[in-house]
Amino acid sequence: MALFDLRLQEVHNQLNNKELSVAELVDASYARIKETEPAIQAFITLNEDNARAQALEMDKRLQEGGERGLLFGLPAGIKDNIVTEGLLTTCASQFLRNYNPIYSATSALKLKAADAVTIGKLNMDEFAMGGSNENSSYYPTRNPWNTEYVPGGSSGGSAASVAAGQVYFSLGSDTGGSIRQPAAYCGIVGLKPTYGLVSRFGLVAFASSLDQIGPLTKNVEDAAYVLQAIAGYDKNDSTSANVEIPDYTAALTGDVKGLRIGVPKEYLGAGIDPRVKEAVMNALKVYESLGATWEEVSLPHTEYAIAAYYLLASSEASSNLARFDGVRYGVRADNPDNLIDMYRKSRSQGFGPEVKRRIMLGTYALSSGYYDAYYLKAQKVRTLIKGDFDNVFKQYDLIIGPTAPTPAFRIGEQVGDPLTMYLNDICTIPVSLAGVPAISVPCGTADGLPIGLQIIGKAFDETTVLRAAHAFEAHTDHHKLRPQL
Amino acid sequence: MSITLKDVEHVANLARLALTDAEKAQFTDQLNAILKYAEKLNELDTDNVEPTTHVLPITNVLRDDECRESLPIEKVLLNAPDEEDGQIKVPAVLE
Repeated sequence: MALFDLRLQEVHNQLNNKELSVAELVDASYARIKETEPAIQAFITLNEDNARAQALEMDKRLQEGGERGLLFGLPAGIKDNIVTEGLLTTCASQFLRNYNPIYSATSALKLKAADAVTIGKLNMDEFAMGGSNENSSYYPTRNPWNTEYVPGGSSGGSAASVAAGQVYFSLGSDTGGSIRQPAAYCGIVGLKPTYGLVSRFGLVAFASSLDQIGPLTKNVEDAAYVLQAIAGYDKNDSTSANVEIPDYTAALTGDVKGLRIGVPKEYLGAGIDPRVKEAVMNALKVYESLGATWEEVSLPHTEYAIAAYYLLASSEASSNLARFDGVRYGVRADNPDNLIDMYRKSRSQGFGPEVKRRIMLGTYALSSGYYDAYYLKAQKVRTLIKGDFDNVFKQYDLIIGPTAPTPAFRIGEQVGDPLTMYLNDICTIPVSLAGVPAISVPCGTADGLPIGLQIIGKAFDETTVLRAAHAFEAHTDHHKLRPQL
Repeated sequence: MSITLKDVEHVANLARLALTDAEKAQFTDQLNAILKYAEKLNELDTDNVEPTTHVLPITNVLRDDECRESLPIEKVLLNAPDEEDGQIKVPAVLE
């Protein structure tokens, strides 16, 4: 069994028994990266010298019986829109190709405090805008299950690196599905927590009312551990929720008896690959056999979610990305005529096509005369979409459906057709608009490509989401499949 | 509502983007397609619906009004593309 297939407790047992060292874990990570990175291209920047130095310090601590954090010694990848002091953070954009952060994101500090080892920074769609990693301005990450296919996005590097066994776990960010969809495409576990549970401080903002950081892991238990390490109130994030953080791993009891599951008919209708539908129906049978019940429900405003999302997210993005003007950081264009010209040239040279497209859409939707028709309208529709979830959650504990309507698609297949690309997010975007937590877990394959099951919970009820995901995993073998690389 | 090339030029100016002619033409087509799709929202009567800006029941988060250390100048200038005398330098603002 590969080292990174060991469960967290097993890794820690082996470290305790001196059968394994942190240096060996870190070695294994870089060896695997060396071996697989030419095919996968999951990383933008490696942190090798620091990681090896950190490993030595930690092994010393291990020898001396010093204190150890929850994620002690685990090699971690961090999405490249989460700032890390002294470690290049590019957002996969040319604009930030030289950006050396002067502080670390709260989530990165929490990983460090938990004694995880940062292996490097992971590729993504530029500024997290995209669902395939083809919008990285460096190179597209490839799906470890079939390198002709996309890994999903925007946290495509985060998903591919875990699936390829390059790191033990990773952090991603999810605005409209950017953790869950790549997790589904790469056959791993991806959790988007409730909006506000994990601090956004130091996450380069895309759409501030939607962005949320979460873990990508090979099993549900690890997701619970990582969430435990990164969740919690942060005074540096004004949208951080001041809530009690439960013991997430204690919730993994395996007991789902009596759980009431709603299955939205809108998530299994037209446009859903029949193989995906079959995998979801099979998963529901597993839940039935474990004593849970399910019924078809309706989230009637689902068909409006994508339109509302692209207006809202693009509007917020156009405002957030105004900070990239070439004044304080990033790449400044040469020989500008004047200050305004410098803004224009720097932004035009620094941003890729999808980023420009969304800035244009958002600027238009917020501009004088169109604000009410587009932005305000979309905010009102968001209220209706959130209401759909509130209604179903009055009678059900969880909502279950597919994560994405199809398995991964071929690289290049949807480039040039942004609208089709947006429709891949039909099952994840409504959840983001409602702000509730959801996890994607492997539930089958089609032609050798993984399929993800999405389990959606009430706001701040990650424990029920994790418990249900864990019970499913315990009674199936989908999560044990590994890509042949 | 349909977007013209002129609209695209106006919005590009607001967004401080200098677009090539090819980009302008492409964005005109693509933004029209996306906005046409977005018109779907008009099927819904939202006259009596409150907008949702974000999902948490929190507003006006203020910190205590106390002095804190500023960032050291070296750190502030670390990523500045141009600097002079401990300040970030930009092209002339006034002609």
